[in-house]
Amino acid sequence: MADSVAPPSRSRDLDKLLLRPGNLVGPNFEPGAELRDDLQEYARILVVGAGGLGCELLKDLALSGFKNLEVIDMDRIEVTNLNRQFLFRVEDVGKPKAEVAAKHVMERVSGVNIVAHFCRIEDKEIAFYNDFNIIVLGLDSIEARSYINSVACSFLDFSVPELSLASLSHLLLGYLEYDSDDKPREETIKPMVDGGTEGFKGHARVIVPGVTPCFECTIWLFPPQVKFPLCTLAETPRTAAHCIEYAHLIKWDEVHSGKTFDPDDPAHMKWVYDEAVKRAELFGIPGVTYSLTQGVVKNIIPAIASTNAIISAACALETLKIASGCSKTLANYLTYNGVAGLHIKVTEFVKDKDCLVCGPGVLIELDTSVTLEKFINLLEDHPKLHLSKASVSHRGKNLYMQAPPVLEEMTRSNLSLPLYELMDKIAKDTIHVTGTTSKDDKKTSSLRKLRVVFKGIDGVTDMDMAGGA
Amino acid sequence: MIRLFKVKEKQRELAENANGKPPVKKQSAGELRLHKDISELNLPKTCNIAFPNGKDDLMNFEVTIKPDEGYYLGGNFVFTFQVSPIYPHEAPKVKCKTKVYHPNIDLEGNVCLNILREDWKPVLNINTIIYGLFHLFTQPNYEDPLNHEAAAVLRDNPKLFESNVRRAMAGGYVGQTFFTRCM
Repeated sequence: MADSVAPPSRSRDLDKLLLRPGNLVGPNFEPGAELRDDLQEYARILVVGAGGLGCELLKDLALSGFKNLEVIDMDRIEVTNLNRQFLFRVEDVGKPKAEVAAKHVMERVSGVNIVAHFCRIEDKEIAFYNDFNIIVLGLDSIEARSYINSVACSFLDFSVPELSLASLSHLLLGYLEYDSDDKPREETIKPMVDGGTEGFKGHARVIVPGVTPCFECTIWLFPPQVKFPLCTLAETPRTAAHCIEYAHLIKWDEVHSGKTFDPDDPAHMKWVYDEAVKRAELFGIPGVTYSLTQGVVKNIIPAIASTNAIISAACALETLKIASGCSKTLANYLTYNGVAGLHIKVTEFVKDKDCLVCGPGVLIELDTSVTLEKFINLLEDHPKLHLSKASVSHRGKNLYMQAPPVLEEMTRSNLSLPLYELMDKIAKDTIHVTGTTSKDDKKTSSLRKLRVVFKGIDGVTDMDMAGGA
Repeated sequence: MIRLFKVKEKQRELAENANGKPPVKKQSAGELRLHKDISELNLPKTCNIAFPNGKDDLMNFEVTIKPDEGYYLGGNFVFTFQVSPIYPHEAPKVKCKTKVYHPNIDLEGNVCLNILREDWKPVLNINTIIYGLFHLFTQPNYEDPLNHEAAAVLRDNPKLFESNVRRAMAGGYVGQTFFTRCM
């Protein structure tokens, strides 16, 4: 190998992690120059978000030796971003964040290639996300995280013995196969690294779908958003925020009937601010300012550049660990709190085995002739389910609804059709059922994920997307 | 996982798409939970649900309430529900489409119901909201007013309130405000 004669390089520090064996390394770690080169050549990383965290992440990942990066963000640069989103300059205001961030990092870090996507995450085909090895999240909403999480988990495939034997690629490439049913096939796992900050607090977590808890497994941990009662806003405002929300939620509709409020339109924001000031004067409440108005309406929490830097560093390091195996990864949720002193803690969250998003679901094998009605009856006797009165949905289509009567009527005609046809002749797919489970005479309502596999269909047909009902 | 990435990259070069899983939009967790709520709806005869976008869009629907007692007996009140993909982490957005003379519903259709905002909990469901809305018609409440005038009349002169409600529901003016017939 040539590394003994190589000149001292930019990757000197990285080499210490990648070229030497160690005691804390992950399984299958193979130190060496090949690993370093492979990381550069083969690892494809997507950064979601090019804001406060995203800018840091792109820079950190580029400096950690990753060369194939892409970034997606739907926003344009605003003046108020410039204090912390350091890849942007005054002359960039109004330009797409993803494009400017990508360009700037490519100028500063030679050899790195960053493709920018200026669009919403939902605008991309699901297949777009499958092209990446690791997805790193620098987002600011539960909704966006939940979406990316569901996309990443949708690539998961749990092995089914007969089908995996039929699958040619497995035989050819000699993939690792699990003997148990409910384990994910390794090549379908799409790891995510999620960062988040709120003022002086932040988190970094590693999500390995099917192995560690996914975003949905622990979504209940988020505190509910603070919402003021409408009647308080209308009648007894006590704080500046009450006055702002009054103008935003009640007064706007009263004056602009039918026109939706756009938080990104400065004229709209100014209108809400002016109305809030009037309201505050009426009730003798101090403290309504334009920036507070923006903060309340857009739910903005002041961002701190150093928090972003710390969280991003943790995320970039985890990404490097997942890709290279140079160390075991974080297990699995790191919280950082810099409000009073400094506190960092790692908590190992547990997976929800029945998670509707990342869980394997209950495996059910069926003949292609089984009708929907027969299938619903089968669920009642299934030893793992005992689910009666099931309603069934597949890929967003409601195949049968027990209630309300209007939906029952609309879906009743499906009962006599074969489930295979209703599922667009896909040999193996996920469906969801809701119904009543009885266990020891106790009845509870439940929502379950099922993996339906049709017998006697060649494994290859599950790639056939064209088949219509 | 770099070895895996490598294999995948080679595989991609060999056959684009041949081994890929079909790209499909997955249902959000919110949709799935809503599916459960809807399939378990147990509505009183006074409430009706409709899905204007057909059987496969459960995220947007309308509920019609026909009170069978109280001031609003005989009226038809339509509410629109908009459910977010992160339901039940977030309450559905509910608006009253029918213009109504009511202390807790303003003329723009905003509804003051605690479980829609400050008291929403993920354990609540669509059924509880509909019962909550129904309750607003049998027990209008002047202590949490959104329509200030209607609340004052209900508090100070229930007889006048009753006749105002009848007039509004029959289609007519209450003060300066015109209400369309909803009986």
